[in-house]
Amino acid sequence: MTSTERPVIVDIRRLSKSYRRGNQLIPVLEDISLTIAESEFMALMGPSGSGKSTLLNLIAGLDRADSGTIRVGGIDISDLSETQLAAWRATHVGFIFQFYNLLPVLTAFENVELPLVLTDLSRRQRREHAHTVLRLVNLEDRLDHYPRQLSGGQQQRVAIARALVTDPTLLVADEPTGDLDRISAEDVLVLLERLSRDLGKTIIMVTHDPRAARRASTIKHLDKGVLANDVEAVVP
Amino acid sequence: MMWKLLFRNAFRHKLRALLTVFGVAVAVLAFGLLRTVVDAWYAGVSAAAANRLIIRNAISLTFFLPIAYMEKIRAVDGVKAISHMTWFGGVYIDRKNFFANFAVEGKPFLDLYPEFILPEDQKDAFGKDRRGCVVGRGLARRFGWKVGDSITLQGTIFRGDWPMTVRGIYSGRERTVDENQLFFHWDYLNERLKAAAQRRANQAGIFIIEIADPHAAAAVSGSIDAVFKNSLAETLTETERAFQMGFVSMSEAILMAIRLVSFLIIGIIMAVTANTMIMSVRERMHEFAVFKTLGYGAGRLGSLILGESAVICAAGGALGIAATFPALRILARYVSNVFPVLDITSTTLCYDVLTVAAVALTAAVFPIRRVVTVPIVEALGRAG
Repeated sequence: MTSTERPVIVDIRRLSKSYRRGNQLIPVLEDISLTIAESEFMALMGPSGSGKSTLLNLIAGLDRADSGTIRVGGIDISDLSETQLAAWRATHVGFIFQFYNLLPVLTAFENVELPLVLTDLSRRQRREHAHTVLRLVNLEDRLDHYPRQLSGGQQQRVAIARALVTDPTLLVADEPTGDLDRISAEDVLVLLERLSRDLGKTIIMVTHDPRAARRASTIKHLDKGVLANDVEAVVP
Repeated sequence: MMWKLLFRNAFRHKLRALLTVFGVAVAVLAFGLLRTVVDAWYAGVSAAAANRLIIRNAISLTFFLPIAYMEKIRAVDGVKAISHMTWFGGVYIDRKNFFANFAVEGKPFLDLYPEFILPEDQKDAFGKDRRGCVVGRGLARRFGWKVGDSITLQGTIFRGDWPMTVRGIYSGRERTVDENQLFFHWDYLNERLKAAAQRRANQAGIFIIEIADPHAAAAVSGSIDAVFKNSLAETLTETERAFQMGFVSMSEAILMAIRLVSFLIIGIIMAVTANTMIMSVRERMHEFAVFKTLGYGAGRLGSLILGESAVICAAGGALGIAATFPALRILARYVSNVFPVLDITSTTLCYDVLTVAAVALTAAVFPIRRVVTVPIVEALGRAG
């Protein structure tokens, strides 16, 4: 099944973004147009400073574009206020960071439960959801462990569980294997692949690693803020 | 979940949090002590009765009034009862054993001050013994005096040794009543003055009158002062409260300085706590960015930071308030001769709580503003 045959989840039109450094305006993204289909696992590659993290931030609603539109699940997120955008992120986006970004004062279970505090779920329902996703990432025996008591791979799996627990429309991952050894990285990639293939999750992953990118169903390249043509499509 | 997070974050850096808690505790303790000292200064004013007026020499308190004025004052409309008292200024053994002592009229004086509670038999014994005296419970405790003990005051204004016998020990009806005074018979003083310094005899320091209607105080005062207008010793009549305020206003500059210092302490602890919160939040800016990424809005983030600040300040405040009580007991041991009443009032406790709340709020304002306004990407340190 190709991406064109599935409903479009992310629709980006003529997106531009620049940063100001002193009096100088530095363009980061120029006239980007892109669509991502439901259940697609897209790898975004490119050299440092090519604008891939900026693009990921814009899609995830962490930053604002200078021009252009981003529609995610039919919602134009460029029109949302800060409060609406925060609420949108809480329900529609799961973010996986390179350095896990777990809260050190909370256990693995509590870290996973954290996004659910913003929902209307009861405490019991929150606990059930957190248990389910921690089981999914094979960490049901590490619920009461603090991040410092877990390996890098385990911490990243907790972070994936945290990103998944609200059942978001979109999972965005910024170099999710960048801080992991080869075996742990492989575990995380297998997990992401499973989430896309078996659970139909739409995933956008920024990576430098061509081996990680090969796990994706689509690979896009960014260079100096411009999107190159599709170079490869790997169907697992 | 949020409570757990709040408490764990508040004491994440234990030493820094404990030092801040200690700082707040010391500030609250100092604030409470200073305010209590200021209150103690006003204790005489607070204890003043609305139906008592004080009549003194219009020139100055150091000038006495002729005892013959008494009957003329009694005859003024509105005067219900009258007595008098004279500052004696005696010293017991050593000058550092300072306490207030007065020559009074005996029973009429005690009748005017129902707040001095004295058993009837002791009141009778005092009335019958010209060399008898009545002492406050605090004073008796301080020097170990019991009823029947013989003591000797050394006169400073009225020279010589003044032996007397303790005939009664009074206690205060309220806690604000000064229990560190000594009263003896004016007749005893006057008889010796007649013999040794005739010119100083038959005079009293002040007259105290009880009026039937407290609302008529101004009219009665005017009438009394009018009686002695253009006499050799003109009078100044004022309410007991105004009379006591006259003493307090002499130390107004000191009181102002104490008040200023107490507010400076609060200002310093506000800055210290704000600095702690700013440092704590700046170190965790990355985590707050994660919260924002997860969808946590300004309200929740603000509550988290304010909550942390409140936990630290509340712990310090509770410790400070708890320490104020024993600290006041210790302080009272050393200054009871200057401040007979040294109790923390409910108003001061309210001020303590309000101060802690103000410190918590002020300390949280800047970090909240920073966390709410910082762009997520900047806080995460991610771009490119």
